[in-house]
Amino acid sequence: MKLVTAIIKPFKLDDVRKAISDVGVQGITVTEVRGFGRQRGHTEIYRGAEYVVEFVPKTKIEIAVENALVEPVIDAIHKTAQTGKVGDGKIFVFELTQVVRIRTGERDGSAI
Amino acid sequence: MIKLFRRLCLAWLAPALYAPLAWADDAPAAALTAPAVIGADKISAGDTAWMLTSTALVLMMCVPGLALFYGGMVRKKNVLATLMQSFACTCVVTLLWWLIGYSWAFTPGNGFIGGASRALFEGVTFIHGDASSTLSVSHLAPTIPETVYLMFQMTFAIITPALIAGAFADRMKFSAMLVFVSAWSLLVYAPIAHMVWEPTGWLNAAGVLDYAGGTVVHINAGVAGLASCLVLGKRLGYGRERMQPHNLTLTLIGASLLWVGWFGFNAGSAVAADGRAGMAMLTTQMATGAAALGWMFSEWVSKGKPSVLGIASGAVAGLVAVTPASGFVGPSAAVVIGIAAGVICYFAATSLKHWFGYDDSLDAFGVHGIGGIVGALLTGVFVSKQISGMDGSLLTQLKGVATTVIYGFVVSFAILKIIDMTIGLRVTEEQEREGLDISLHGESIE
Repeated sequence: MKLVTAIIKPFKLDDVRKAISDVGVQGITVTEVRGFGRQRGHTEIYRGAEYVVEFVPKTKIEIAVENALVEPVIDAIHKTAQTGKVGDGKIFVFELTQVVRIRTGERDGSAI
Repeated sequence: MIKLFRRLCLAWLAPALYAPLAWADDAPAAALTAPAVIGADKISAGDTAWMLTSTALVLMMCVPGLALFYGGMVRKKNVLATLMQSFACTCVVTLLWWLIGYSWAFTPGNGFIGGASRALFEGVTFIHGDASSTLSVSHLAPTIPETVYLMFQMTFAIITPALIAGAFADRMKFSAMLVFVSAWSLLVYAPIAHMVWEPTGWLNAAGVLDYAGGTVVHINAGVAGLASCLVLGKRLGYGRERMQPHNLTLTLIGASLLWVGWFGFNAGSAVAADGRAGMAMLTTQMATGAAALGWMFSEWVSKGKPSVLGIASGAVAGLVAVTPASGFVGPSAAVVIGIAAGVICYFAATSLKHWFGYDDSLDAFGVHGIGGIVGALLTGVFVSKQISGMDGSLLTQLKGVATTVIYGFVVSFAILKIIDMTIGLRVTEEQEREGLDISLHGESIE
């Protein structure tokens, strides 16, 4: 099992959600986050006072998947979240050692 | 119209019965030099209806208009404290106006201040009579009840000190603000209003034109704002920390309410429902549109983007600048006044304060002080004899501006220094860091 974490542009969330449910993902966790990468922040000006906004708003999604689904999920996110400009985000994949469904106590494969 | 027709018919059919009234009608209303009691039949229903409406519009400018305009521009930790300043100011000045403010401003006196005859609204009456009622009127507005006139003027007295709050936002103690507003209202607003608007006031006698309060309200408040940001000093972290407005939606709603309310302010200053009121409404609209675009394009050219805060600020600058001119100039002159105000106030609010290094938090001086001066001077340039029936000159206007700037600055500075030396003017560093909402009022918004 793997945990796929992706940082994407916020407006791509709907497209990504649709693409990964099409490949068979049952559920995801979404968080609004801020950060910076190669995409620098931007400048805001209020009555002549300039403020540099260093952290750009992004959306983080986390998906726990069976090994067989890892590649299709990565592929789906990569294709849908891409605009070709800096700031499209990243995908991180982690080993997942245990999963428990709280309602039933089911473990691992059947809990995903 | 019907009432007038009926009165004419009755006067024609029963001349004997109505003879005393007809005789009273012949007395010219302009002869009044002090508040007087007259018959209710001499009150104009049209004028009174419009002035009741205008009074409500001007009150709406302060709460919630100005409160939201300023509230949106501060950081989230200070928004309630900023709204509170406008609201509390409304309540305090209401009572001060009753105590002595109205009397000092609008009753005959010497060149600098009025008398005390209207203290506690003494003599302000309406007496119901079965045949005919009587009521008191101000000599400045003989066609409407004095109650309506003093209420209309009260709303001006309320918004003026509330405007100053834009300069000292984020760092003045609430207790100090209450004391400052009280002292300022009686020692600065009432005398300046008397000097400019009451016929015995020396600036009025000198021929200074201020249709709806460019000097009395805006220059006065702007200069007091400059004095308060000089005495208080800069906000902690000014120039180094992020201080951008927390919610410009509130600011735009506030600016819009100010715009609508300003028709009460300017068209209401005709103190009548007449052609001058209509002209004032038209010029107000023209100048505001022009100034908003003037600021917006200045910003677009110099900073690259036309901002929401910019267009809203420009609109307010235009409203300020057309205030002294609105009943005296034509619509094309108003467009010129508007453009001048938009462009000049843009530079005042974005460059002037950085050159001189004072922290006018929300640009009370940059918009109201500078906008008021631009408007007061241009009133002297563009005044139309045909519309105003008066002569104006740049030099006379300059006299009005200089007097207000010097008197307003010196007395405001002195009041602030005295408060600073006694109860203290500024919150502690810890309170300022934490935010005034929680540290002064024990409340906060999420």
